[in-house]
Amino acid sequence: MIYREAGDFKTGYRDDGQTFPIRLDRWGYYAALAVAFGIIPFVINDYWANAVFVPFLIYAIAALGLNILTGYAGQVSLGTGGFMAVGAYAVYKLMTAFPEISVVIHILLAGGITAVVGMLFGLPSLRIKGFYLAVATLAAQFFLVWLFNKVPWFYNYSASGQINAPERTVLGWAVTGPATSAAGKYLVCLIFALLLAWVARNLTRGTLGRKWMAIRDMDIAAEIIGVNPLTAKLSAFAVSSFFIGVAGALLFAVYLGAAEVGEAFGINKSFLVLFMIIIGGLGSIFGSFAGAAFMVLLPVLLKNVLVGSFGWPTDLAAHFELMIVGALIVFFLIVEPHGLARLWALAKEKLRLWPFPH
Amino acid sequence: MDQLIYSAEIFLNGLMTGVMYALVALGFVLIYKASGVFNYAQGVLALFAALTLVGIQQGQVPFRHLINAIFGTHLESFGWTLPSVLAILLTAGVMVLLAVLIEKLVLQHLVGQEPIILFMATIGLAYFLEGLGDVMWGADIKTLDVGLPQGISESIESVTAAWFGYGFFIDRLDIWATAIAALLVAALVAFSQYTKQGRAMRAVADDHQAALSVGISLRFIWVMVWSIAGFVALVAGIMWGTKSGVQFSLSLIALKALPVLMLGGFTSIPGAIVGGLIIGVGEKLFEFWIGPLIGGATENWFAYVLALIFLVFRPQGLFGERIIERV
Amino acid sequence: MTHSPAVETYTTADGRQIGGVLMDMRNITLRFGGVEAIKDISFDIREGEIRAIIGPNGAGKSSMLNVISGFYVPQEGEVWFRGHRRGPMKPYEVARLGIARTFQNIALFDGMSVLDNIMTGRLNKMKAGFLSQALWWGAAEREEIANREQVEKIIDFLEIQNIRKTPVGRLPYGLKKRVELARALAAEPQLLLLDEPMAGMNVEEKEDMSRFILDVNDEFGTTIALIEHDMGVVMDLSDRVVVMDYGRKIGDGTPDEVRNNQEVIDAYLGVAHD
Repeated sequence: MIYREAGDFKTGYRDDGQTFPIRLDRWGYYAALAVAFGIIPFVINDYWANAVFVPFLIYAIAALGLNILTGYAGQVSLGTGGFMAVGAYAVYKLMTAFPEISVVIHILLAGGITAVVGMLFGLPSLRIKGFYLAVATLAAQFFLVWLFNKVPWFYNYSASGQINAPERTVLGWAVTGPATSAAGKYLVCLIFALLLAWVARNLTRGTLGRKWMAIRDMDIAAEIIGVNPLTAKLSAFAVSSFFIGVAGALLFAVYLGAAEVGEAFGINKSFLVLFMIIIGGLGSIFGSFAGAAFMVLLPVLLKNVLVGSFGWPTDLAAHFELMIVGALIVFFLIVEPHGLARLWALAKEKLRLWPFPH
Repeated sequence: MDQLIYSAEIFLNGLMTGVMYALVALGFVLIYKASGVFNYAQGVLALFAALTLVGIQQGQVPFRHLINAIFGTHLESFGWTLPSVLAILLTAGVMVLLAVLIEKLVLQHLVGQEPIILFMATIGLAYFLEGLGDVMWGADIKTLDVGLPQGISESIESVTAAWFGYGFFIDRLDIWATAIAALLVAALVAFSQYTKQGRAMRAVADDHQAALSVGISLRFIWVMVWSIAGFVALVAGIMWGTKSGVQFSLSLIALKALPVLMLGGFTSIPGAIVGGLIIGVGEKLFEFWIGPLIGGATENWFAYVLALIFLVFRPQGLFGERIIERV
Repeated sequence: MTHSPAVETYTTADGRQIGGVLMDMRNITLRFGGVEAIKDISFDIREGEIRAIIGPNGAGKSSMLNVISGFYVPQEGEVWFRGHRRGPMKPYEVARLGIARTFQNIALFDGMSVLDNIMTGRLNKMKAGFLSQALWWGAAEREEIANREQVEKIIDFLEIQNIRKTPVGRLPYGLKKRVELARALAAEPQLLLLDEPMAGMNVEEKEDMSRFILDVNDEFGTTIALIEHDMGVVMDLSDRVVVMDYGRKIGDGTPDEVRNNQEVIDAYLGVAHD
């Protein structure tokens, strides 16, 4: 198999702009899709769905969202957990208020509501930059969690303060509630993740994406060449929050089924998603998936090895995991600030020239 | 009238909390000024220091859970109890060692990176240290007692009772903590203003390259600053650990210091002090007056929202330098 | 008053026809706190000409360019562009008027490829809606291809075909300057501002850059205002020159006139006789 551009001639700018310019990459992508739709749904069981695939897909959506804001538009946010909570509570309110409407529409609307909230908390980004902004987004995190905790309307005055996802179906298949099959959960998350990844790819390769990246790389120069920082930054907050809202809605409705805001959407969630995009790669669609996969698989793997094989107590293993995650973050920032995606790209670049390195 | 007297009591309590916030914020400012690093791990440093102090004082075997898990042993403690002063000194030594390691293993490799990358690295560091603290000493809640007085201050209660007909409830630990923190703040300001090392530190803060060119060792300054930050963390850890036990939530005091920084400006020592006081008093009074109307527990976010609103109008903070943009 | 003589049009030595006033700076004063960076300066820029602003270090050249580009708003004076008085504007609004610029310390977007950098120059020409962009369908894709064709013309013009897809951060200094020029050109500006386009270049790179500047002016008819240290280059390139010193204007005219102006010789060229 030859990994080459040669012989794969591009005859128009349309071809030149395609997502996978190298033939082998295209085939790999189609093969992955075929496995994802043609094989996994038929062999997946509850363990694999709950431990690996469903959280991977949901966090990939959240990571895509944060990557749009942080990786593409350069605005660091620590409010991801809070925005996911908005998506979760919005979908809960919508599902319980309008049970006759399809849950897919609810999830999209929840994303839309989160987008509006995200824009609101994005307003300070017009005045403040860098970690002043990062700290400011913590305001969103703490305020939103407090809000959903303290205002009973949001959890429909339930005694426990929890929200529980009612059962809903799409085309006759249960996608939320206790009766949902592993394949059902997996497929609904897969379709959302793929569609949103496609949208993210489209947005980042076009006009809007260039505006975001211009603001990220040099905001003053961007403004002088004609980028309106107001619309560029707020659109990044809006799109990013939409993705994160959908991820929050799916996390609650499809994956968890029941949620308590402080526990499910605390500040650790914000850091988890941030770590995904650091490890996966800032400003990379592929990196968002790679980072999500890494951060979802790592604890599963560690738990299996440390607890399963070595017989360590689970709390010790959990503390060890913290150390490893922390060390990995530092390691990646030192060695490769662009994350797994850059390592992958470098490997491909080498492969493209192989065996003639010069 | 009663409300006003309660408010006065709350104001006093808020001021004392504020001094503690200021102390933690000062740890941030020092590191930020000298290395351009916004050290998210400051709070975890306090937790780590407190854990280590308790561990050393009570003679616990470090990493005993890990050792026990691997070798199937049942190590618990060395069976001694150290005097508080000695334990504090040893812990300070550990914090210096930690500063050296952080400089060697992390900072040195990140010289010249963008500030935001450094910030994210300290988040990683925070995770690592939290894990390390737990693996070394165990994650159970520990009580810390280094002999600081505790309990309600009767003299203040009786005096205020005589004046207002209502005795203020003020913990003696808070008074001590405030006094020590204020002393430490004063000492740090004096150190950075009047000593040779302090001057070098400020030179580094101003311009790394220029400081290097006049023969200041960047690495020495960084180790020194991180050691000081570790020491500040130790003091904060002792106060908060004595007050509410050594546990994970101790690391969250750092999160309280962040809005203090936004308010006061990242580079300003007086800003950290004034910002700390404003937030300490502000959040207590807000919780007292407005809290009951909107469900309470507003301390979680009040400081942030206050800082956020403030920043929109004054992006450089209270005492921060105005940024002039150039092309 | 130091207004330039009000000639409608003139013909340059090499036979190019210079049009009416494109930009008119009237009695501009700019202060930073107590410091006056620009003191009551007036001059105009005419359609199709290459206009240079020169002066020793700290003369206020860069400040003047920043006033023209709208980055600084002068405390006093008026800026007229195409016959309209320009009020205080945001920098991006100025860009939309058709004023593009390059920067003294290169301000490219380091994380993007050469192609993407140049495409940013055309952001204001692209109008596809959000939905079309999100679905990459209809207007968004058509626009992308049409604008790509325009950008490719500029890439050919500046001879940077081979680095099209290279990340800008990896390019050597001279090429970065050229990419920056390409980005400014991509906006099809009516007025192109060049902030020390030859600073830090070797002789060969300077020659290349001079040729490109002349070609841009010649082929696209773009009006160019530039500030520059290198006197030789300026005198060869420009049609008219403004000389600044300590924030004041001390000379204005053709290179020959300026060269023979005693005040200019004293302030600036005089150094060369030492």
